[in-house]
Amino acid sequence: MEALLYQIFSGLANGIIYGSVALALVMIYQATHHINFAQGEMATFSTFVAWALIEAGWPYWGAFFFTVAVSFAGGLIVQRVVLRPIEKAPVLTNVIVFIGLLLIFNAMSGMLFDHTIKSFASPFPKDSALATKYFSAHQLGSAGVLLVVLLALFGFFKYTSVGLAMRAAAQNPDSAKLVGIRVSWMLGLGWGLAAAIGAVAGMMVAPIVFLDPNMMAGILLYGFAGALLGGIDNPIGAVFGGLVVGVLENLLGAYVIGTELKLTVALVLIVGTLTLRPDGLFGKKVVTRV
Amino acid sequence: MKPLDRKWVWLWSAVLLVALLVLPFLVKNYRVFQFNLVLVYAIAILGLNLLTGFNGQISLGHGAFYAFGAYTAAIMMDKMGVPYWATLPVAFVLCFGFGFLVGFPALRLAGHYLALATFALALAVPQLLKYKQIEGYTGGVQGIVLTKPEPPFSFRFLDQPFSADRWLYFFSLAVAALMFLIAWNLVRGRVGRALIAVRDHPIAATAMGINLPVFKSMTFGVSAGITGLAGALGAIVVAFVSPDSFTVNLSIFLLVGVVVGGLASIPGAIFGGIFIQFVPNIADELSKSAPAAIYGVLLIGLMYLMPTGVMGGLHRIWARLRAKPAG
Amino acid sequence: MPKLLEAKKLCAFYGATQVLFDIDFAIEAGQITTILGANGAGKTTTLRALCQVVRTTGSLAFNGGSGEVQLVGKPTESVVRMGVAHVPDGRGTFTALSVEDNLKLGAYVRKDRAEVALDIEKAYTRFPRLAERRHQQAGTLSGGEQQMLAISRALMLRPRLLLLDEPSFGLAPLIVAEIFRIMMKINQEDGVSMLLVEQNANLALDLAHHAYLLETGQVALSGPSEQIKNDESVRRAYLGY
Repeated sequence: MEALLYQIFSGLANGIIYGSVALALVMIYQATHHINFAQGEMATFSTFVAWALIEAGWPYWGAFFFTVAVSFAGGLIVQRVVLRPIEKAPVLTNVIVFIGLLLIFNAMSGMLFDHTIKSFASPFPKDSALATKYFSAHQLGSAGVLLVVLLALFGFFKYTSVGLAMRAAAQNPDSAKLVGIRVSWMLGLGWGLAAAIGAVAGMMVAPIVFLDPNMMAGILLYGFAGALLGGIDNPIGAVFGGLVVGVLENLLGAYVIGTELKLTVALVLIVGTLTLRPDGLFGKKVVTRV
Repeated sequence: MKPLDRKWVWLWSAVLLVALLVLPFLVKNYRVFQFNLVLVYAIAILGLNLLTGFNGQISLGHGAFYAFGAYTAAIMMDKMGVPYWATLPVAFVLCFGFGFLVGFPALRLAGHYLALATFALALAVPQLLKYKQIEGYTGGVQGIVLTKPEPPFSFRFLDQPFSADRWLYFFSLAVAALMFLIAWNLVRGRVGRALIAVRDHPIAATAMGINLPVFKSMTFGVSAGITGLAGALGAIVVAFVSPDSFTVNLSIFLLVGVVVGGLASIPGAIFGGIFIQFVPNIADELSKSAPAAIYGVLLIGLMYLMPTGVMGGLHRIWARLRAKPAG
Repeated sequence: MPKLLEAKKLCAFYGATQVLFDIDFAIEAGQITTILGANGAGKTTTLRALCQVVRTTGSLAFNGGSGEVQLVGKPTESVVRMGVAHVPDGRGTFTALSVEDNLKLGAYVRKDRAEVALDIEKAYTRFPRLAERRHQQAGTLSGGEQQMLAISRALMLRPRLLLLDEPSFGLAPLIVAEIFRIMMKINQEDGVSMLLVEQNANLALDLAHHAYLLETGQVALSGPSEQIKNDESVRRAYLGY
């Protein structure tokens, strides 16, 4: 029983990270109706930036917030410069450009920071007061950080006028223009926020899996699975989906198929959700088209 | 075409043919090996182009079919003693089936959802290949080592021996020519028009009597079959398969090849093959990440500037040259 | 006195297809002007051209209070900021957002928060049905209520010019009458200038001061609404008697 609880809690801790990545994906999807295949690589690159700052002597939280700010700006710039011209282009064009971005960010990580695996410090040391029986200090700490991020986002969207404008622009860009919202900039903002969330997720994951250019590939896949499971247009669903994926990953890994086929689990989840319940558990839109 | 033009076409074709036949003897063995890979990739790209370029179904997972074909060939040659040339049609049929099965859930997915599902497939492949339960067949992490087939007869030409690589060059050339011919015929006729109709106006296509689900699944199947056959050929040419040869990068590179050569262009597949074989070799000198960076910049740049790829660019230049008034 | 809006040689295109051919019209400040015509005449396109949602050539001189501004070539968001509010055909409400959120969005470009709050209350007073549903999702409102919401949202801008695209469409006659009565009140009490596109010519001519008749993208007739109402050909073709 204790082992089961351990798996579940550990799964939840991982799940928060997947949920954050899922949230970033959903945000971009809501705003642009595109899936950002480059999300993982952008997050990895952000994490490298933070690593470099810490290596240069910056205090952890200083590097953390600076990286988040830079990532926000980076995401905004990518949208304005690379994606705006193809906003109206067919899906294939967009997918290809996203893959291009994936490659460029992956390459930048490799070129600027080389391919050796690096360790990334956790701001929550092992023996701190946070450690409990079921959660390590880092798990609890990173879950806390991500929860704060999620709550901040929730507040932003619900209570600020810019947040309201972003929701409006995502739902009905034509009407949004008619009330004077600069829809294009809202898309850029969405990208900036997604990049910032991705950076936080990356910095929370790196202490666990170690930092190298391919760190986020598997996590991205889990993020996708979580986002689809929760409903690709539902931010809260995305977080919930991430938690479910985290727990499933651990339970299936420990009791059913062993830990070697984790990515296959994600694959099955993705394909299964897309074919059996394309709206996800909480989503509103339908995906079918033949 | 004027009779004069036709003569030139025949002449240049003949020159090209002779050049192709003599080529392996003009260069070192290793270069011939690289040419073989170009041909293999060209066939793989051809398969992907059929699905994505002509039929508009986005696949980021064709590396999975390539891997499936490669391992089929490797297992048949290594464990069952099947001669290498016989593995190709088997790989095609098996991958066709695999692709057809994948095509079914794919029917309900459009655009980026299909891209996502195939992306997930590509990411999952190396793990699947390393799975301990099937290690007996797949050789696990180590993979399977094969021996290159010996040429059926030996001679020397231009002071170079008729090595295994050179024999495989002609073998691959023949297979590639066959696949391109089949694809060309397919695309030129009713099937080709149906492919494009389904890509551009699916509802109208249905109204014209095309059974959409069956057609799209068939297209997936044929596309997977061709790429799978390329994988089998690749296994023979490289004489080695291992799970880490078939990461998501392969799927991405195949897509790069399609885009560079030109979406919905058959001859473009050759450019694509040349490109993804040689660019990493050259770029690797700069840095390990340089190929990825170059591919990334190219993908984006081409989408902006030359969405029809190299073939499209060439067509435009050719059209402009021919538009010049004579005399 | 300069006109609020003057259109000269206005052409509009959907892609390569031209829909408006060199039309001229003018809107006087404080008045209600209407554009009539059959389906496909180009009425909706005219409103879209005003908001720069479609490609246009020609001149659209707008006197919004800070001198004359040329609207052609400006992004929609800028046109809105100059005081042009558009109630599109189909209402254009943000169906997934609440009534109150829709109204808040109408005032998105305004900075005077206290006044915005007052205007929201004014909208609720004018349309009590909206007040009852202030926290409801806009998509769950009836057609008439959505129309009220759409008009209120546009008014939240405190626009110099209010564009209305077929406000009567798909609504029961009683609701339509109520809405038109309120529109007249808004014009008389608050002096809001309006450009009204309507297929229901009777209604439009009763409300408006001035009328234009569009036929296949060109101005066929124009004049004070009384005059248009009494015109033989108009009566037979559009008024049914």
